[in-house]
Amino acid sequence: MRSECGYDLGMRNPCGCGITSFLSARRRMFGGELIVRSLHNMVERGNGLGAGYAGYGIYPERKDHYALHLMYEDEQCRQSTEDYLRLYFRIFEAEPIPTRLVASIDSPPIFFRYFVLPKEDALETDWTEPAWDEFVMSRVTEVNSKIPGAFVLSSGKNMGVFKGVGFPLEIGEFFRLDEYQGYCWIGHSRFPTNTPGWWGGAHPFTMLDTAVVHNGEISSYGINRRYVEMFGYRCTMMTDSEVVAYLIDLLHRKHKIPLQLIPAILASEFWKNIDLMESEMKKLHESIRQVYGSALLNGPFAIVVGHRDGMFGLADRVKLRPMIAAKKDDVLYIASEESAIREICSEPDSVWMPRAGELVSGSYEEVQQ
Amino acid sequence: MRMIQPDFRIEIDHEKCRKCGRCVFNCGFGALKLRDRVIPEPERCAGCHRCVSFCPEQAITVELNPLAFRPNENWTPGHIKAIYKQAETAGILLTGMGNDKPYLNINDHLLLDACQVTNPSIDPLREPMELRTYLGRRQDRLEFNRENGKWSIKTPEPKLLKVEVPILFAPMSYGSISYNAFQALCLAAKELDTLMYTGEGGLPKELYAYGDHIILQVASGRFGVHPEYLNVGAGVQIKIGQGAKPGIGGHLPAEKIPQHISRTRMIPEGTDALSPAPQHDIYSIEDLRMLIYALKEASGYKPVCVKIAAVHNVAAIASGILRAGADQVYLDGFRGGTGAAPFITRDHLGIPIEVAVAVVDQRLREEGIRHLGTIVAAGSVRSAADAVKLIALGADAVAIGTAALLAMGCHLCQKCHTGNCSWGIATQRAELVRRLDPEWAADRLVNLVRGWEHEIKEVMGAMGINAIESLRGNRERLRGLGLDSETLKILGVKPAGAPMG
Repeated sequence: MRSECGYDLGMRNPCGCGITSFLSARRRMFGGELIVRSLHNMVERGNGLGAGYAGYGIYPERKDHYALHLMYEDEQCRQSTEDYLRLYFRIFEAEPIPTRLVASIDSPPIFFRYFVLPKEDALETDWTEPAWDEFVMSRVTEVNSKIPGAFVLSSGKNMGVFKGVGFPLEIGEFFRLDEYQGYCWIGHSRFPTNTPGWWGGAHPFTMLDTAVVHNGEISSYGINRRYVEMFGYRCTMMTDSEVVAYLIDLLHRKHKIPLQLIPAILASEFWKNIDLMESEMKKLHESIRQVYGSALLNGPFAIVVGHRDGMFGLADRVKLRPMIAAKKDDVLYIASEESAIREICSEPDSVWMPRAGELVSGSYEEVQQ
Repeated sequence: MRMIQPDFRIEIDHEKCRKCGRCVFNCGFGALKLRDRVIPEPERCAGCHRCVSFCPEQAITVELNPLAFRPNENWTPGHIKAIYKQAETAGILLTGMGNDKPYLNINDHLLLDACQVTNPSIDPLREPMELRTYLGRRQDRLEFNRENGKWSIKTPEPKLLKVEVPILFAPMSYGSISYNAFQALCLAAKELDTLMYTGEGGLPKELYAYGDHIILQVASGRFGVHPEYLNVGAGVQIKIGQGAKPGIGGHLPAEKIPQHISRTRMIPEGTDALSPAPQHDIYSIEDLRMLIYALKEASGYKPVCVKIAAVHNVAAIASGILRAGADQVYLDGFRGGTGAAPFITRDHLGIPIEVAVAVVDQRLREEGIRHLGTIVAAGSVRSAADAVKLIALGADAVAIGTAALLAMGCHLCQKCHTGNCSWGIATQRAELVRRLDPEWAADRLVNLVRGWEHEIKEVMGAMGINAIESLRGNRERLRGLGLDSETLKILGVKPAGAPMG
């Protein structure tokens, strides 16, 4: 609930959803219209109450700056947010996010983007990248939780999130995604079971470079939220999926947990399987469950996560939500339905159904950097 | 003249009675005599139903003595009778078991969530449903090594105690309960792969074999504490306070100290065992820290648990306890049972366990030290539902005392302090103790916990949760009904009707 931000709708919406994504390991560029097409093919999985996209590699000329995508209710909160940002950041560029008029989209919020770096004097102690990240995370959390009517939609480098209330096609059209080129795209259409008509509630949810699209409902949300809040995160977007972004940021960036072990936390092995493992492996999984039990995502989910070094997909420990993956040359596709993949890649080299709790991961080939 | 009238009335149906004398033999309180026929002496009756349970003819009825005081909502019969007794004796009035006053019961005002449509529920009979719980101090994060493509744990493994079901047996001392009752708890804890606490009466040598399932108490009287004792268990518990009698010590009357108790407690036979109110080496949190580390040193670095009564400042105290080095904080709510306590203490001191768990869990999270220790909640866990609610509020596990005694045959007559327990539980009279078959009692304890285990799995399945760690501290799945808003705020629980948020 966000009474302090004027969004006292008092609900956190569970939803059924469609997700799709692809990543080119060689960082080949693809236009945003591709992900829109893929997502539009699963239009039945949404109900027009939310769609969104994350594009990676879309700001090559500003790739070393944090790209802050902001959503404002009105001009006044833009003013106060910009005053706040100027206190803490050197702003290299600030502009409205270009949009198109779409007949079905009525009175959208205001969207701005800023390319920034932390101010040296604001960051007293440590002048290293991890410290910058931590600084940005704290400022983002502060904007989201303290400035009424202002929400950071994304805060990573060379990436950005475009999302809102509408069908996939409309949101793609509205944000002019066809004008962006990226090497990794993630899309999500939403079927919220209650509608606040709330733009911030669309997916993806982000923290720094991590962007999460989620199909599912988090039965463990109450404890997951209390867990991330112990580490300074604040859940402000009124959707349970938000907590997944913070969990992954916490585990992968702050706790430096290798990607390969993230599934052992979010979709832990069952004790009956752990008990049969050989001793080292057993100790590993035992310790993970002992220490990170509060981070276990219980309930049905399929997620796709974009991050600094690539993208991964994961389904819950009993796989109660669909997820399918495919590969064509250097491109990895992960989606809710095979049709979404076939729509943009008619003849994949391979298509497979990941098992419960199995990590499907794609990373960039370093030579291309 | 008799100022104090009996609480119960005993009716014998002499038509049915065959004068077999079984009731007379079974009554530990001497409330029945056999002459030409069975003669009740109701002033001795505790209302424990032993006679009723053993009468082959179903010829006995025990009912409340319908003695009518003029109705008065203020001066209840309880108040009036207490005054008569004190006017006669000038003493503190004693009782046994937990607070029986009609205070608001928070657990009875909490409701659980269930899945519908958007989130499938899980059938625990078909799918895994995990209750395994680890107790103790752990790191707040892990570091990993990678060798030959395989990941392993870099951070050293913490010493944690594993239980297959988050229901433990609460401390009830050997002395306050009989050897057979105590042994039954040991047998059941082992069978269930869970833990029991000893209470402050030490551990009889013959039961050392169950050590892996026993947490050994060190209390203010230091009864039965010696190096070997500290080393045979799974952990050590420092008892600061008890929910039924916060701030006061213990008193095991001389009648309950025959030879075998005296040997285990290391005190003379037939003397009162008096535990001081405070531990006289703990007058501050820094003193507690010294005792925690002294016990760790003496026990070969076993986990140390500190048991406190739930009192107003419980959150800050629990935080201090974990920062002082304890691995486990055991919270005992104001409804917790006792073998003997003054009425005034039992009925008027402390706070409910639900509140204590909520504020302690929240405080530890705010301080970022929730990982430093386990919260065990006790103090009237009456059902699996109570256990689930306490875990959802933030407890890692619950401990049952009264419920365990009930499973062994206790009828909650509240006369434990007399040592006359007809059921062979809270007594040391050999002829009464031998009535309780430890294996029979252990079976019933195991059945009870297994039953609760099934029930917990059932509601977890309904909530779409298949591991207990996703229930723990998950207050989102609780709703309050008929609780005031301040209480709800303290509990961190929304009122019924509020959506997820």
